[in-house]
Amino acid sequence: MKQALIEIRDMVKRYPMGTGEFTALEDINLDLCKGEFAGLVGPSGSGKTTLLNIIGSLDVQSEGEVNVLGRAIRELDGKGSARLRSHHIGFIFQTYNLLPVYSVYENVEFPLLLLEIESAKRHRMVMDALEWVDLTDKLKSRPAQLSGGQCQRVAIARAMVKKPDLVLADEPTANLDAENSHHILRTMDQLNRELSTTFLFSTHDQKVIQYLRRKITLFDGKVARDEQMNGVA
Amino acid sequence: MITKLAFRNIRGAGLRTWINVFILSIVYVTIIWFEGLYCGWVNQAENDMIDWEIGGGQVVVAGYDRFDPFSWDDAHAPLPASVEQLRVDGQAAAILVSSGVVYPQGRRQSVLLKGIDTRQRVLAIPTDSMAVTDGKVPIVLGQRMAHSLDVQQGDSFTMKWRTAGGAFDAGDVTVACIMRTTVPAVDTGQIWLSLEDLQRMKELPGEATYAVLAIKSEEPTTPDNWRWEDTDFLLSNLRAIMKSEAAGEYIIFAMLLFMAMIAIFDTQVLSLFHRRREMGTLLALGLTRRQLIRLFTLEGVLHAVLAIVMAAAWGTPLLWYFGTEGWKLPEFYDEYGMAGMSGTLIFDYSVGLVVRTIILVVFITTVVSWWPTRRIARLKPTDALRGKLS
Repeated sequence: MKQALIEIRDMVKRYPMGTGEFTALEDINLDLCKGEFAGLVGPSGSGKTTLLNIIGSLDVQSEGEVNVLGRAIRELDGKGSARLRSHHIGFIFQTYNLLPVYSVYENVEFPLLLLEIESAKRHRMVMDALEWVDLTDKLKSRPAQLSGGQCQRVAIARAMVKKPDLVLADEPTANLDAENSHHILRTMDQLNRELSTTFLFSTHDQKVIQYLRRKITLFDGKVARDEQMNGVA
Repeated sequence: MITKLAFRNIRGAGLRTWINVFILSIVYVTIIWFEGLYCGWVNQAENDMIDWEIGGGQVVVAGYDRFDPFSWDDAHAPLPASVEQLRVDGQAAAILVSSGVVYPQGRRQSVLLKGIDTRQRVLAIPTDSMAVTDGKVPIVLGQRMAHSLDVQQGDSFTMKWRTAGGAFDAGDVTVACIMRTTVPAVDTGQIWLSLEDLQRMKELPGEATYAVLAIKSEEPTTPDNWRWEDTDFLLSNLRAIMKSEAAGEYIIFAMLLFMAMIAIFDTQVLSLFHRRREMGTLLALGLTRRQLIRLFTLEGVLHAVLAIVMAAAWGTPLLWYFGTEGWKLPEFYDEYGMAGMSGTLIFDYSVGLVVRTIILVVFITTVVSWWPTRRIARLKPTDALRGKLS
């Protein structure tokens, strides 16, 4: 049996709202293993991004247990959670979140600078990552000079460059047309298969859903359904 | 790593960076320029006072107080033997002081008479000019005094003085020379004449009120009725005045720094506002809050560091010009009666001054850059990623 990369038990997340509280996630129990290509699917407000943020240690649950790569999210201090993110997790955002004043090369290089990888090795890794996403001809371009699809491919390269254990992708195709969406999904699928990187998406885009091999449906903050899929590839 | 990122960020900020850097470079150059002016002025004032008034120290007869006119007529004695020897050797200039009254063009004005060795080379007073002229006593005036009396070189007028015996006597004097000096203490209200003439007029042969010694003179042995005043003591009043003048300089520095710091503070606050999403991204990528604070603070500090380079590029020729060619002061500065403030003022910059200025600007920039970033400590990454500041 595969070892769980993510273990979530009886997790609840509440937010203060006015004088009371709003429950965003409730009774969440999930395991995610290495190499999975899974998606959190559901309508807006169902808690997909909240769950993704907690798994990425950007937020903390109110109740229950969340373990990512053997680390209890609640017990991580600022340094510990930053270390978990910098070493083991890659993020892909709906709005790409590239650093605007950096070139494509510098954006992809950034996570490696945090890991203090020496210059020559860093260069090799950046070039490899840019080859995966077919952007070696845009090294010096700034994000503002790229199309949406190219920006998202840079974001994928940035998330993948350090070969993380887990990539969290929040609505990665929401701002892309169909052709670009399929392009980046095929890229991620390929990376998942080649590098055994675990991908967890948050999406309600059918184009993404058809690539998933596991679909976890959230509705009103609860897991409504958890099903295995075949995926397009 | 943070330094590298900070460099990339401020380089990427383009024009905004260069505007801040330029403003800070103006602050550096202006502070150093003003300090150079001030130090140059202090140096010039001290050197002029040494050249014209105090030499290498003074031996003063007991009872003489340069600020008390009632002491002027009674404070005199024969010079101590040791000082007399220095005088003979050309290492001291004897001066006799007396009160007097002059009547130029029918007007009356109280003056301080100073008789000085005509052969002396210790002070810059043009004593050579005090040659005998047509039976009238030759005198030397500073240009402010000449202006005050409304007399020209060659003019004559009546002068009255009190002899040692208490009797009043009078005679005509001729303006032999009008000297140009920046030292008011040898000009305003004073008339210089030869020591022999004043000793004769006062009936005090061989007596003096004080003697000015040549520069680098040792303290001579003197009897109890004479006291030694060294250059530090004699310059103390000037230094106190200069210190009070420096307060004005500091206000200008503070205003300049304040304007530059507003620019840095404004940039930092705007950065925090505009770059919320970027901060969220950086946290998501694995930067800690502390690293993020360091990054933003360092970006501010790097403005000050780059400004050093820019200030060196355009400021060095300017400062060098004022340090070598000096600043030719307008004629009307003579009227101010401020020691050292005349002619060409050579600016004086020390390494200490430059280092002090750099440390001051970098330190204040660091504080101003860090202050707004404290908000990052409360930043929630999830809010920042959505473009909110928590």
